[in-house]
Amino acid sequence: MKEQLQKDFDNSIKNLSLSQKDIEIKKFCLDNFIDKGFPNKKEEDWKFSDLKQIIKNNIGELSFYNDQASTNKVDTSVFVDGLEHNKIVFVNGRIEKIDFEYEKKDKIEIIDQSETINEFKNSNSLSDLNNAFTNKCFKILVKKGYQLVKPLIIYHTTNSKIWSKNINLRLNFELDKDSSLRLIDLFNDTSEKNFLNIFYNFELKENAVLKNYKVDKFENKNIKYAFNNIDQDKNSISETFILSSGSNFSKNEINCNLNGVYASAFVNGVFSLNNDKHHEIRSIINHLTENTKSYQLIKSVLDESSKAVYQGKIFVNSDAQKTDGYQLSKAILLNKDSEFNAKPELEIYADDVKCSHGSASGSLNEDSIFYLMSRGLSYQQSRELLINGFLLDVVEKITDSEIKNLIKNMIGIKE
Amino acid sequence: MDNRQKEINNLKDYKYGFSTDIENIQAPKGLNEDVIKFISKIKKEPAWMLEFRLKAFERFKVLKEPDWQKPKFPKIDYQDLYYYSAPKSMKDKPKSLDELDPKLLETYKKLGIPLQEQARLNGIAVDAVFDSVSVATTFKDELTKQGIIFCPISEAIQNHPELVKKYLGSVIPTSDHFFATLNSAVFTDGSFVYIPEGVRCPMELSTYFRINASNTGQFERTLIIADKGSYVSYLEGCTAPMRDENQLHAANVELIALDDAEIKYSTVQNWYPGDKDGKGGIYNFVTKRGLCKGKNSKISWTQVETGSAITWKYPSCILKGDNSVGEFYSIAITNNHQKADTGTKMIHLGKNTKSKIISKGISAGSSDMTYRGLVDISSKAKNSTNYTQCDSLLMGNKCGAHTVPYIKNKNSDSNIAHEATTSKISEEQLHYCQQRGLNPEEAVGLIVNGFCKEVLQQLPMEFAVEAQKLVGISLEGSVG
Repeated sequence: MKEQLQKDFDNSIKNLSLSQKDIEIKKFCLDNFIDKGFPNKKEEDWKFSDLKQIIKNNIGELSFYNDQASTNKVDTSVFVDGLEHNKIVFVNGRIEKIDFEYEKKDKIEIIDQSETINEFKNSNSLSDLNNAFTNKCFKILVKKGYQLVKPLIIYHTTNSKIWSKNINLRLNFELDKDSSLRLIDLFNDTSEKNFLNIFYNFELKENAVLKNYKVDKFENKNIKYAFNNIDQDKNSISETFILSSGSNFSKNEINCNLNGVYASAFVNGVFSLNNDKHHEIRSIINHLTENTKSYQLIKSVLDESSKAVYQGKIFVNSDAQKTDGYQLSKAILLNKDSEFNAKPELEIYADDVKCSHGSASGSLNEDSIFYLMSRGLSYQQSRELLINGFLLDVVEKITDSEIKNLIKNMIGIKE
Repeated sequence: MDNRQKEINNLKDYKYGFSTDIENIQAPKGLNEDVIKFISKIKKEPAWMLEFRLKAFERFKVLKEPDWQKPKFPKIDYQDLYYYSAPKSMKDKPKSLDELDPKLLETYKKLGIPLQEQARLNGIAVDAVFDSVSVATTFKDELTKQGIIFCPISEAIQNHPELVKKYLGSVIPTSDHFFATLNSAVFTDGSFVYIPEGVRCPMELSTYFRINASNTGQFERTLIIADKGSYVSYLEGCTAPMRDENQLHAANVELIALDDAEIKYSTVQNWYPGDKDGKGGIYNFVTKRGLCKGKNSKISWTQVETGSAITWKYPSCILKGDNSVGEFYSIAITNNHQKADTGTKMIHLGKNTKSKIISKGISAGSSDMTYRGLVDISSKAKNSTNYTQCDSLLMGNKCGAHTVPYIKNKNSDSNIAHEATTSKISEEQLHYCQQRGLNPEEAVGLIVNGFCKEVLQQLPMEFAVEAQKLVGISLEGSVG
């Protein structure tokens, strides 16, 4: 793999106009990655999902060079109907379109940050890989007091032109004081066997509100890793919803730092898996100052030989008195081959806190099915109704009613 | 404060902190094949036992000390320890208690464990382990009548080799992790219990561990076998003198329950925790594992962990037999600079297996406490259930409480439920108690005892009283 990396790296550098210093930094990241390689199960954070093995089994040899010279055609049929929205379109990892047609032009700034290196507090070898190979990176700045009129949808599309490739993406967002952003990540892949490595960095200033909905619904054979780093100032709110369903393998990581008082973070997730899909959500909520709040709810429905993993951590610093942290994960295993692993973790250094977590997994309750069947439903109908209700619980947590309905329609959940 | 006053104050904190001046035989310092041969020779062990030890040592040489645990400690120099230390008077084993060194009897009396049988009214058979050897076992005759074997493991190796050979290392093999393997190579003594088919052991069996000599690692090995349909309740208590250096205690405990058998294992661990500044104290790195081998068998662990500078152990149950049951009840209290990383593993292999985990952690002062547990339901363990509850109580803002459960479910017929909470003693509760005339320390003691009640209830009567007091003492000075 080393020669491939080196060769592809030299190729990508050639096409970029970078200063010698930037090349040095990128090279440093590359060397770090070569040194560590893809994460494997020996690392505690990857204990339940051995990415190295998964890539080896599903893709084999990866290549890292993307020819960014030619534009790709944007397939407009993937756009969401019935909801007016702003767009950013990625095709095969290249930004093809940035369109804020519904917003005031002077309130949003798009800054080219291709030369800056992202430093994450919680770094792994994949962030090095990302830093070494991303060639275009934008920062979207929402200015003071501006609240976007329409949601922003980021389309992540790939087409059959690429295979066995590693695609690295990076976006930075800054939400200035009193601003708000609704962001939907929509994955739409017609490609196969690629590895997507996505890093987002959010900076929330005082009173800012971020709502991020990640929807991975459509069947595809790709492997995805998405990392969200969220830094939150005083009174800010972040809401993250993850629908994890379509890809062959997917791992969503949320690292949230509650730096200011009264900041709060919400993470809600749904796993709806079949075949031999393997998905994971890992969340780390760092309560770093007093009077912060976090709430997490993750529900899974697992069929056939699918596997879901939830690793959630609540960290409470010794300064973070009056923290309120809650975390719940529930799973229904429908098939004897399905598997659910959880590691809900609490690390607490302050005494005046209220932190709890719960985790439960099991089969569908036969008594409930009996109850419904005795009222005239078929077995299949009862089963669907119960699963529907089980997942609806999480979808109902979405605070934006427009988007809630959109997501409900997408996954076919009835009220 | 002059030195004398300091000493008195120290003694008040840990009342088992005295040491006994007694002549010792020690193995040469360090760890090598010769030392292992020395231990084996002095114990007059058969060749197969020496082979077992050497095999473990071979394996130990390639193992690395684990470093994933939460409490970090300075590297232990395994060559700077004595692996065998015994009172000189024990060289030729005394035939009865009357021949026992009076100094030893005195020590155990001070600890509140009179070894003379006539002095015992509450009917607990005791095996007392002093540094590396078992010094006395009481109530032997009465137990023998029922066919129960309760003796030091070194005796069992000689008198019941067929049992020891069959079961030793069957739950914790010589190829296990670092500390367990070290124990397999150099273990010196410990208790051996065999309960024959259908026998309900008429009294509590108990081992009392005492580390006396300095620079000594204590490595004892306990093996308990409950044959079909039998029942035994076993207690374990531990203390050590106050010393400035850290002492290593790496024991192995193996339990085997055959069809319909039940083993109840209770521990009150009160090793020397180090002084207020975290100097000295015992490193308690123990491997405890029970195997529910037969159908309908049951193993229940109860532990009250108040001592040790670092406690690092996970008493586990392997639920292999169908319908077998594993239970784990734990109270862990850390104060001052103590650290604990403890919990359990429940490995469900058989059908209809059940496990229950109740863990209560209390941390005060500058201490740090971690619950780490594994619940693993394999794909064959149909209809299995697990219930886990772990609650932590924090006292003061310099301590930490952490919960790290690993939950693996590979079976759609099985149910797992896990709950954990972390909080502090509420002001209202304290106020309520104080209003009724309790001082703050008494109030905290009362609330904490209530918090721990679910676990304390599981202990045998005599132990429960001691444990309750211990809970109070351990938290002294942590209020305010």
